[in-house]
Amino acid sequence: MKESVIGKSILRKEGRGKVTGSACYIDDLNFPEMLYGTTVRSPLARGRIRAIHFDEGIPWDQFTIVTAKDIPGQNYVALIVNDQPCLADRVVNHAEEAVVLLAHPDKYLLEEARRNVGIEIDPLPAIFTIEDSLAKKEIIWGEDNIFKCYEVNKGDVDSAWAGAAFVVEGEYETGAQEQLYIEPQGVIARAGPSEGITVWGSLQCPYYVHKALTPIFGLPKDRVRVIQTETGGGFGGKEEYPSMIAAHAGLLAWKSGKPVKMIYDRAEDMVATTKRHPSRTRHRTALRRDGKFLAMDIDLTMDGGAYETLSPVVLSRGTIHAAGPYHCPNVRIRSRAVATNVPPHGAFRGFGAPQSVFALERHLDRVAAAVGLAPDELRRRNFIHEGQTLAVSQVVREKVDMDRLLDRAFEASSYHQKRERFERENPHSTVKKGIGFAAFLHGAGFTGSGEEYLASEAIVEATPEGMVRVLAGSTEMGQGANTVFTQVAAETLGIDCGQIEILRPDTAYVPNSGPTVASRTTMIVGGLVESAARQLQEALIHSGLLKQGYDSEGFADACRQYIAEFGPLTSLVKYKQPADIHWDDQRYQGDAYGAYGWAVYLAEVSVDTRTAEVRVDHFTAVQEVGTIVNPTLAAGQVEGGVAQGIGFAVYENVVWKDGRMINGQMTNYIMPTSMDVPPIRVIFEEVPYGRGPRGAKGIGELPLDGTAPAVANAIAHATGVDIRRIPVLPEALIEAMEAGDLAHA
Amino acid sequence: MPEPVRKIRVHCTVNGGPVAFEAYPMSRLLDALREELKLTGTKEGCGEGECGACAVEMNGDLVNSCLVPALHAEGANIRTIEGVARAGVLDALQQSFLEHGGAQCGICTPGMILAAVNLLERHPQPTELQIREGLAGNLCRCTGYIKIFESVLDAYRKQGLPR
Repeated sequence: MKESVIGKSILRKEGRGKVTGSACYIDDLNFPEMLYGTTVRSPLARGRIRAIHFDEGIPWDQFTIVTAKDIPGQNYVALIVNDQPCLADRVVNHAEEAVVLLAHPDKYLLEEARRNVGIEIDPLPAIFTIEDSLAKKEIIWGEDNIFKCYEVNKGDVDSAWAGAAFVVEGEYETGAQEQLYIEPQGVIARAGPSEGITVWGSLQCPYYVHKALTPIFGLPKDRVRVIQTETGGGFGGKEEYPSMIAAHAGLLAWKSGKPVKMIYDRAEDMVATTKRHPSRTRHRTALRRDGKFLAMDIDLTMDGGAYETLSPVVLSRGTIHAAGPYHCPNVRIRSRAVATNVPPHGAFRGFGAPQSVFALERHLDRVAAAVGLAPDELRRRNFIHEGQTLAVSQVVREKVDMDRLLDRAFEASSYHQKRERFERENPHSTVKKGIGFAAFLHGAGFTGSGEEYLASEAIVEATPEGMVRVLAGSTEMGQGANTVFTQVAAETLGIDCGQIEILRPDTAYVPNSGPTVASRTTMIVGGLVESAARQLQEALIHSGLLKQGYDSEGFADACRQYIAEFGPLTSLVKYKQPADIHWDDQRYQGDAYGAYGWAVYLAEVSVDTRTAEVRVDHFTAVQEVGTIVNPTLAAGQVEGGVAQGIGFAVYENVVWKDGRMINGQMTNYIMPTSMDVPPIRVIFEEVPYGRGPRGAKGIGELPLDGTAPAVANAIAHATGVDIRRIPVLPEALIEAMEAGDLAHA
Repeated sequence: MPEPVRKIRVHCTVNGGPVAFEAYPMSRLLDALREELKLTGTKEGCGEGECGACAVEMNGDLVNSCLVPALHAEGANIRTIEGVARAGVLDALQQSFLEHGGAQCGICTPGMILAAVNLLERHPQPTELQIREGLAGNLCRCTGYIKIFESVLDAYRKQGLPR
C-alpha cells in the first residue's frame, strides 16, 4: 500500500521557478514587433463626451488609436448583464472609464502621448454614496439605481418583536478595499480578422475572458484563445477585470496588426480596477430573556459602482452569510446593490461575506452587552447545530461543532485569563489591550444552483511517456491549485506526485472548469480531478494492462502500453449536482452551498491611547474546512487571509474625491508589512467532507470573513469605543476616545 | 516633444560577470536589467520604491532598482535573483522558501529572497525582529509573511555558519 500524500506538505509544484526568478509572468514575455498599449481615461465621474482632441507635437501618425467606433463587434464586456461598455461612447459613468486606446513601439513616447489626449466632457451630476443612490438623487442606472435586491424570509419576523425581552439595533459600515496583488494587471494580445484573437495574461478565469472577447470581436468561439501566464496574485481582482484589459489590448492588436502588450502601472491599477464593495448593514435583533435569538432583521446595502458587473452575486453571498452560523427561528434579510458613479466594485476574496460578517459579529458583541451576557455565552446559546436550519432554511446536515471551535480558540489564546487581566490592567496604562473574536461560516463553491449551471469539466489523461496530465481551466495564482490537483490525482491513482503534470490553462486545450473563485477549486474541481483520475484508472484496469498492487513504474508502463495499443487515454468528467441539493432561486431558500467552512477567529490588540495606533499582537484562527490536503499551503491561505483581513480592519482606506480614488499608491494606501502582522496560530479541526476530494472543503476566502470583526471587537474591548465602521483609523479612534466611552468610531 | 536624449554605455558586474548595456542616463536600473540584460526575475510591483519586488543587491546594499538611475550602475557590483542559485543548485534560502511555503504567487519572491540574502549577510543569526525589519521594505500580499519568517529562520539554522 502506497503511503498517502494527502495531509502532506508536498512542495509547491511550480515553486522552483518562483524562487529562482525563472517563472514567466506576463511582463516577462515579449513578441517580435510588439507594441505597447495604454488607456486614456475619463477625468470626470459622469458626463457626455463632447470631443476628443489630440494635442500638437506628438507624431500621431505613428500611433495606433482606438475608440469605441473601432470595435468590430459589440461594445460591451459580457458578464451577467451587458451594461458595461468596453470603451465609453458618448457618455461616461465613472472617472477612469476607458475612452481612447493608444499603441506605439516606444513606451516612453506612448506615455507622453497619453498625456496629450484631451477628453472634453460636459459634466452631468454624479452620485457617490449609498444614501444618494437610494434617495435617487440622480438616476444613473436603470429605473431606480438598483442592480439587484434580495429578500430572505424565515419564520415571521414582524410578529416576533412583541414577545422579545430585548431588542438591539445597530448600523455598521465597511469601506472599499483594494486587492493589491503585487503583480499589476497585464496582458499581451495578438489579433486579426484572419487569425482571430489570442490573449496571454495575468488572470484567474480564462473562460470569462474568452466569453467577453467573443462578442467584442464578433468571432466564433474557436477563434478566441486565452492563455494564462504565471499570475502574481489575484484575490478576486483578476476575476472579471482581465476581460476589460484583454479586450483593450486585443482592439489595439486588431487595428495595428501587431502584438500589443498592456501592463498597468500601480497607480492605474489602483484607481481604475475593481475593489471590495463598500457596505452598510442595519441589524435589529430580538432576544428572549435567556439570550436566545427570537428574530433577526437585517438590511444590507452594497455600493456596486457604475456598472452591474458581479454585484448581484457579491450581494448574494453577502446576503446568505449575513445571519452567520446561528439558529434563529425568524429571520429576514433584505439586501440591495446600488449604482454610484465610481469604478465598478468587484470580486475580492470573501465576495460580500466579509462585509456582512463584520456587521453581524460586531453587532453580536453589542447584543451580548445589552443582554448582560459574555460575548461567548451569547454565541454559545445560539450556535447552529446539525439538523437545524440556517437563515435560508438550509438544513445543516454536516457535523458542526462551533462550541468546540470556540473552546479551541479560547484555549490556544488563554482567552478568559487575558480578558480578565486586560480589564484589570488597562485602567493603569496608556496602552490599552483588548481581546475579541468572531464566529462565522463560509460557503464553498458557487451559490445555490451555480455549480449546476457551470457544469464544470476536468480532464485527466495519460501521456505516451507514462505521465499523467491534469487539464483544467482552474488557474494557479499562488493559492496552490497546481499542487492540490497533483496530490488529489496522485492519491487517487496511487502513484508519485512527480508523475503528475498540470497543463497551464489555455482555452485551446483545457476544458472549462468554471472560474477560479468562490473557494471552489479544491472542493469542486479537485473533486472532478479525483473522479477523472479514478475513471482513467478503471480504464487501465479494464484493459488488463494495470495489475493489482501496481507501483508508480507499473502504472507508467500500463499508460505507455495502453496508448501504444489503443491510442489516447483521456478521461473527462463533468460536474453533476448531487440530487439532494435543492435551491429555490425565487424564494432564495434551500441549499445555498454544498458545504460550509466553520471558524472562530480571535484577535488580541494594543491601542496606544496617545496615538490611537492599533497593533494586532496575536491572532488565533481555528477552522473546520474538511480534510487538509496540504498543511503548508492551507496554513498559508489562512495566514495570508488574516493579514488581508487585518488590513481591511485597521489600515486599508480608499480615499475618494469626486468619485476618484486619490490615494492610488502603495505610499499612501497602507497594507500590512512584515512589521504589522502578529504571530498567527492556525488550527485545523479536520472533519472529512463526504463529497469533497479526499474529504476537503474550500478554504481560500474564509479567512477574510472573520478577521476584521475579531480585530474590531478586540479594539472595542480595549478602548470601550463602540466600533461601527472599518477601517478603524487612528483619526476616528482618537476622536471617539476623546469623546468618551461608547462614542462612535 | 522633448529634446532626444542620447543613451550612454554602462559597464558593471552582474551576478559575478562583466556586462555592458545602453541606457538613457535617467532610465531605471530595473528596466536595464529586465530589458537590456533580459534578467526578468527582477519584478516591478509599484515603480515607486514601496513594494520591493524590484529589490537587487548593489555593492552589497539592498536597493529598489526602480529608484536607481541606470547610470548609477556604472562600475557597480549587482546581484539579482538569477545570481542567487549557483550552477543550478538552490541557495539555502531558496530551498527553505520552497519547503516552508515562503512563496505563493511568487511575484514578490525574488525581491524577498534578495532582502533575506542581504539580511543574513548583515545578521547571520537574526532575531525575529531583525527578520521583520530586514524584510519590511518588501510587500507580500499572499503569505501574511509568517511562512517567509519561517523560511528565513530555517535557512540560517540549516546553514549554521555565517555566509
